[in-house]
Amino acid sequence: MGKVVYEKSAGLTDSPMSYCPGCLHGTIHKLVAESLVELGVLDRSVLVASVGCSVVAYQFYNCDAVQAAHGRAPAVATGIKRVSPESIVFTYQGDGDLAAIGTSEIIHAAHRGENITVIFVNNAIYGMTGGQMAPTTLITQKTSTSPKGRVENQAGLPMKVSEMMAQIPSSYYIERVSAHNVPNILKTKKAITKAFRNQIDGKGFSMVEILSTCPIGWHVTPVEATKFVESAMVPYFPLGVYKDEGEVRS
Amino acid sequence: MKILMKGNEAICEAAIRAGCVGFFGYPITPQNEVPEYMSTKMAESGGTFVQAESEVAAINMVYGASAAGARVMTSSSSPGIALKQEGISYLAAADLPCLIVSVSRSGPGLAGILPSQSDYFQATKGGGNGDYYMPVFAPNSVQEATDFVQKSFEVAERYRTPVMVLIDGLLGQMMEPVEFSAPNIPQFDKSWAVGPRNGRERNIRNSLDLSPESLEQTNIRRFKRYDEIIANETRVESTVQDGDEVVVVAYGTSARIAVNAIEELGAAGIKAGLIRPITLWPFPNAAFQNLPASVKHVVVVELSQGQMVFDVKLAVAGKLPVHFYGRNGGMIFESPEIAREVTKIVRGE
Amino acid sequence: MTTRMVFSGFGGQGVLTLGQIIATIAMNKGKEVTWMPSYGPEMRGGTANCAVIISDSSIGSPQVITNIDVLCALNMPSIDKFLPKVNPGGLVIYNSSIITEAIARDDVRTVAIDATNIALNLGEAKVQNMVMIAGFLTASDLFTKDDVQAALQSKFGGKPELMAMNMAAIEKGM
Repeated sequence: MGKVVYEKSAGLTDSPMSYCPGCLHGTIHKLVAESLVELGVLDRSVLVASVGCSVVAYQFYNCDAVQAAHGRAPAVATGIKRVSPESIVFTYQGDGDLAAIGTSEIIHAAHRGENITVIFVNNAIYGMTGGQMAPTTLITQKTSTSPKGRVENQAGLPMKVSEMMAQIPSSYYIERVSAHNVPNILKTKKAITKAFRNQIDGKGFSMVEILSTCPIGWHVTPVEATKFVESAMVPYFPLGVYKDEGEVRS
Repeated sequence: MKILMKGNEAICEAAIRAGCVGFFGYPITPQNEVPEYMSTKMAESGGTFVQAESEVAAINMVYGASAAGARVMTSSSSPGIALKQEGISYLAAADLPCLIVSVSRSGPGLAGILPSQSDYFQATKGGGNGDYYMPVFAPNSVQEATDFVQKSFEVAERYRTPVMVLIDGLLGQMMEPVEFSAPNIPQFDKSWAVGPRNGRERNIRNSLDLSPESLEQTNIRRFKRYDEIIANETRVESTVQDGDEVVVVAYGTSARIAVNAIEELGAAGIKAGLIRPITLWPFPNAAFQNLPASVKHVVVVELSQGQMVFDVKLAVAGKLPVHFYGRNGGMIFESPEIAREVTKIVRGE
Repeated sequence: MTTRMVFSGFGGQGVLTLGQIIATIAMNKGKEVTWMPSYGPEMRGGTANCAVIISDSSIGSPQVITNIDVLCALNMPSIDKFLPKVNPGGLVIYNSSIITEAIARDDVRTVAIDATNIALNLGEAKVQNMVMIAGFLTASDLFTKDDVQAALQSKFGGKPELMAMNMAAIEKGM
């Protein structure tokens, strides 16, 4: 018998993932699942799945789950956490869900300082519906609803969600990371773990924004997609900790 | 012991006594006493109160809290209930129980804040997407409002469905003596709720189903439950008796006024009976079957341009002429006005 | 037997509370009762009014728009608005401190109560609504002073000084 050096996280089910080749949802799912297992809270975790490519995330996480209407995951998570405070409640939302239709819910969940964890996957496009422009789509980036590229005087500049969320007085921890290469994946894991640790410790609202890819929607190869994150997304969406009340207060 | 209480506040007290542990709402006239009362009393009873950022958020908080197995409610008024329709559809689809109190005002749009019954369609015909129904209780007094709030939680949990108590600004704002019964709601199985698992299989509360074969079966199963609701929970009050020439149909506030009108008609020599639907869905169709042969007319009175009248026409199935009289926009008929209209109809004027 | 009443005055004169106290007294005496406020923008600073119906049998509409048996008016706009709708033989109890014109109906009974002045002399303008209760005690047989005391006891029982102040206000109005 050989020694087991790597295995699927117990935080994931055996269901084959339905994501496209080169999509980083799978990687991010693994990081979240590992964190829940390592923190010993998988058995009391509740995922609130959103609408978008990760709408079926409840098939992949090996924990309880509620599927929410488009954009409403933070409100649903609020309801769960308020009546079941022992649950570890997290939303998993894309940029269409969180940064467009769900801006009201995410901002106010943070404003109330809800003790929940938000995993925000920003790939600058609506993947599920076929590659339409998102609030986070970059200037000149072509999508199916910005065929000549996003134009500032029509669509404005891309929304900087972490910067915005950090301004909210009651948010506790806001960090932007990226899942496009190994060093950044390791940082992403740390941020996710910290965001859950905060909830376990009752600290309040934590959000990790994770830059990600959509090779199909972007019409590029997976390798080109990761390069686009590095060359185009990271310069506009700088990585780093935008707010950490734990650092400020300690 | 009877207490003099506003409808809106009595509803809250009834809910708390029925074991409601969570209220999620948003201010809107004429139901503001509900979140105000709950903000104090939920804290006292150890429950949860959240003033949400919108009606949309409030109903989705209810969705989450209900998914976690808690007995919870929200309340709103006409434009706010419109915003909740998305969440109501999801609650129905995910088979989640809750109470929605609707204190209706006039419409459409922002319209006015005075009492109206123009949200009958909104309450009974959905507004959210998809094949679903929601039981709707329409009390006509503060006492009934409290009784049906408590009954609503039981119906919601027994059949795993959102339930609405529909009143209007008049019933919400008025005070009447009320006596609270000790509610005896059975403990329903909630092994479907999400939360700490302690080793059990995982639970998923969900409405997404991309397989048409499976979705069709899920919806058919839900409609079998609806059949049970129709069989067990339909409620109506009828005073119709042999010799009545005319049946007046009204619910809620209108029914109170119709009772006076029927007395006045009787004094003027016109015999009339009242059919008062108490559940608007399921609609009490049976009350319209086998009416006495003496009945020649059915007159529906509503504080709207005519909404329930369509259900009455379906129930009467063309066997009798169905007439309508209504006021709207916050205008409320007085009983002589109804009596006058009914008299005209009976005399063929 | 049904008595349809309207209580009306400026916002802040306590007409809604007055109506509730009368409704509570009737409830305690085993009567059917409804209390219905006017609500909406007019409640902010303008006139306020409520309708109270007391009956031996169940009550239909709680609104009193016409056929008023008892009008309790604390300001002049209330007289302008509701006096024409008082039934012949009805009772008008009015606050003569600020309603100084004669009541322009000779087919109704009137009782003048110097409510605002009495309340001010007691050092508490807020009790002008309570002074009006004296009008009911002198001109109707709807309830007795003991009934009033019992109803106030349930409302102010925990605050003896408020209880005393309110009862004093009613006495002064008699």
